[in-house]
Amino acid sequence: MTVAMEKPETSGEAKQAPPPPTAAPVRRISRSMVVGAILVVWLVLFAVLRGKQTLSLAAADLTDLHRWLNDVNDSIGANRNSNPLFLYFFNEIRLVIDNLVTFVQDLISQPSGDRPVPQIGWLGVVGLAGYVSWAVANWRVALLAVAGFTFLGLQGLWQESMDTLSLTLSAVLVALLFALPLGVWAGLSARANRIVTPFLDFMQTMPTFVYLAPLTLFFLIGGASATIATVIYAAPPAIRITAHAIRSVPATTVEAAASMGATRRQSLLKVLLPMSKRTVVMGVNQTIMAALAMVTIAALIDAPGLGKTVVQALQSLDVGTAFNAGLAIVVLAIVLDRVTTAASGRAEAARRSGNPLLKWRRQLLVAGGAVAAVLVYLSHTYLWAAEFPGDGGTGSTIAKAADNVTTWAQDHLSGLTNGFRDVITNGLLNPFQTLLTDSPWWLVGAALIGIAVVLGGWRAGITTAVCVGLLVATGVWSDGMTTLASTVVATVLVMLLGVVFGVWMGRSALVDRLLRPTLDAAQVMPPFVYLVPFLALFGATRFTAIVAAIVYAAPVAIKIIADGVRTVPATTVEAATSTGCNTWQIITKVQLPMARSALTLATNQGLIYVLSMVVVGGLVGAGALGYDVVAGFSQGQLYGKGLAAGLAIVLLGVMFDRITQAAARRTSN
Amino acid sequence: MTPTQTEVPPRRGTPEDAAPTPVISVRGLWKVFGPKADQVPDSEELSGLTRRELMDRTGCTAAVRDVSFDVAPGEVFVVMGLSGSGKSTLVRCLTRLIEPTAGEIVFEGEDIRDADEKRLRELRRSKFSMVFQHFGLLPHRRVVDNVAFGLEIRGLGRAERMRRALEVVELVGLSGYENSYPDQLSGGMQQRVGLARALAGDPDVLLFDEPFSALDPLIRRDMQNEVIRLHHEVGKTMVFITHDLSEALKLGDRILIMRDGRTVQCGTGDELVGAPADDYVRDFVKDVPRGDVLTLRWIMRPATPEDPLDGPELGPDVVVKEATRAVLAAEKPVKVVENGELLGIVGDEEILAVVAGQEGDA
Repeated sequence: MTVAMEKPETSGEAKQAPPPPTAAPVRRISRSMVVGAILVVWLVLFAVLRGKQTLSLAAADLTDLHRWLNDVNDSIGANRNSNPLFLYFFNEIRLVIDNLVTFVQDLISQPSGDRPVPQIGWLGVVGLAGYVSWAVANWRVALLAVAGFTFLGLQGLWQESMDTLSLTLSAVLVALLFALPLGVWAGLSARANRIVTPFLDFMQTMPTFVYLAPLTLFFLIGGASATIATVIYAAPPAIRITAHAIRSVPATTVEAAASMGATRRQSLLKVLLPMSKRTVVMGVNQTIMAALAMVTIAALIDAPGLGKTVVQALQSLDVGTAFNAGLAIVVLAIVLDRVTTAASGRAEAARRSGNPLLKWRRQLLVAGGAVAAVLVYLSHTYLWAAEFPGDGGTGSTIAKAADNVTTWAQDHLSGLTNGFRDVITNGLLNPFQTLLTDSPWWLVGAALIGIAVVLGGWRAGITTAVCVGLLVATGVWSDGMTTLASTVVATVLVMLLGVVFGVWMGRSALVDRLLRPTLDAAQVMPPFVYLVPFLALFGATRFTAIVAAIVYAAPVAIKIIADGVRTVPATTVEAATSTGCNTWQIITKVQLPMARSALTLATNQGLIYVLSMVVVGGLVGAGALGYDVVAGFSQGQLYGKGLAAGLAIVLLGVMFDRITQAAARRTSN
Repeated sequence: MTPTQTEVPPRRGTPEDAAPTPVISVRGLWKVFGPKADQVPDSEELSGLTRRELMDRTGCTAAVRDVSFDVAPGEVFVVMGLSGSGKSTLVRCLTRLIEPTAGEIVFEGEDIRDADEKRLRELRRSKFSMVFQHFGLLPHRRVVDNVAFGLEIRGLGRAERMRRALEVVELVGLSGYENSYPDQLSGGMQQRVGLARALAGDPDVLLFDEPFSALDPLIRRDMQNEVIRLHHEVGKTMVFITHDLSEALKLGDRILIMRDGRTVQCGTGDELVGAPADDYVRDFVKDVPRGDVLTLRWIMRPATPEDPLDGPELGPDVVVKEATRAVLAAEKPVKVVENGELLGIVGDEEILAVVAGQEGDA
């Protein structure tokens, strides 16, 4: 505008006007054109240089780095009980955690001391679960808890379930011990928050899987490592949400307390904590769910429980057993989730309802406690109340039914599922994977860096360059590229689903109400569980892992996009409608562009989720990095390679995260 | 840019007139946000810059710049300005919710800036109370617990504070709602809770930070009347922040107008309307119905020998609106008399000029 005004004397004002407004679009077009050009150059060079300098490494081959890591592992193993660092630090931690886990296990899952059964038998646990659920939440979830726990017993998985529960509870206890004070601190102090945030980001960016390998180095395989890995994975949400809760207490309220002469302690105890209680309990919920997910995955490093049953069944392709155990995990997840969610809303709901029973609450609580105590006593004393009766007949029925469905699906649907699988595999996955794995490494690296610079700017480019360099150094470049291919393909499909359903949900409150509970439930499930049904449908292939990854990641992407679309101001949409936009135009020209930062965030989260799942898919034939990691756990000579593969996964994750976040910052400005 | 004290003849019981010891006396108060903020007030050069120039030069924002005023006991002192003028920062500086950069704040003979943390807390607990724009209530506590919060902070026993809280709840007209939760109340009622909370501690000074800006116009009027009523009943000194001129004129004994952190003018309502210090104030008060604010003192003219001096008498502080009927009904011009001394006369001409709005800018 100013340009046109400064040069009024030049002829052809009509032609003079356009340049300034088009300045911005020109840049945007040029950005996607540059990406296109990079891809074209890549393809051309690929055609010429195909198969050269691909850095491929056979499954059993090792590089120097891997051998060196093996040596480190061996030397640590040899010096575990002599090195002071281990003697006085790592071993001590392991001992404390081990004792805690063993204590809880003795209580509810494992035979303790000279008893053939745990201290508290099934009746006591069911009674306690019901009582606690009722006390912290309401009687409805208490019923759910009782029913859920009983069902676990009926499935014939009582002990496994209790092992999983023990590990989860121990890990949650330890995690909250650190997380809540840290969260409060980060909420109160901006500086603490700045210090803590990058660590949390990093901890949450890493796929669950990769914590495990390095931890076994320090804490051996077993319950202690599993618990520590779980603590590391489960603490960040509680820290983050607690900090957020404290920080989102309205400034006026805190100021009002200060204006009345409240001390820091008073304003913390009387204002900040009570006002953030509800949100903090949601954080606890997140921590519990994360812990459950991690405890099941920790089966890979020999953690006891349901996860182990699933892993063993997956490895022997026993869909029925895997399904039964997977179902038990789901039941446990639902019970824990519902109870803690209800707990966060309890005080509020009870207060509002004006329930006449409220004044009897204390007496009722005491009475309920007495009943629970009696049940615990019975289960401690009598065998019938200690060991779950029956032989888990329901479980074998479920397993058999799942097997039948699998067989039927394989017999009747194989045409369909295999067709689908082959179309995606041959049409999308194979060409892309070939491009990545058969190009010279420097070409792929240069292309990645180029794309990172164009999308995310120079800093993202530098991060990518460092990641590419380190990926080459890990010696598992080729496997890394295979994983990258699967991840990208899955993410593209996730984003397709995300945009379609996200826009649909964002535009229609009805669809949102219908879909959201399903999505919420899907997010609660430990990632493991997703593999089971797709293993039944697609067999043990890369594709199974990809589909599981899509199903695992899509809910997150859909929800983020739906929220992004919904936050587009109604007046903007109304204004667009009033100018005569049709629905398609409103979506493509108003809602999606305005939800652009939600789209990039969804891509970011989608990539991270997909990556963690594609890796878990190593268990069911996805190969590549995931397989390297799993093999590293089980075979000593592959330990170093597994560790390197874990590092490669982290590098991929960091690279994705930095590029998409930088891109998000760019688009939101 | 020096703050202007309007030069008019002193009148009724204004504070300067009676000159009691002020409750709060603010001298040369500065609040600068930003790096090396404390250098700005002392620097001859920097302190003279406009806000924008200061921002460009140093990266600092001067929210309050060299503000001075006195608040007399029992007075309602209004600080008025548009958003960004520094008025909310100013009121927070008074109890050091925001730490001032320079200047002094003397409260009952004690410089608040010298108080240590403990003393400051004591002052906040017993001497000052604040009412906030967005209420700042605790959603997890009942109304009565919110009102008692300040007393609880002080460490008062439960029975005692409940008794006091219920008293105040009744005083602000919330009886029957003491067991409700804040989010069950309307905005106006929530602010009554805020008011009750401030009154519960029986402070010497009440500070109001735009307390009614978030309320509907009708509710706002109710609440303004409520403040006037409470002021009559409890007679507290009040410092009231607002961006609404009509609210300022309605409540304020004196009004301080701020712009870009500086005092533009400080005076009574009729002084602002009758003798605006500059174009900014003039523009501000342009739409005020002058007859409601100006007194006869502002419109009278000196008596000339031709004027008949046997008309009725009125005081100089009678508002024009109230005098209109009397002046128009009288056959002869009205004499404006104070303490038996003739100050001037007001005829139909002068009254009509104000009421009909013909009088140009003063």
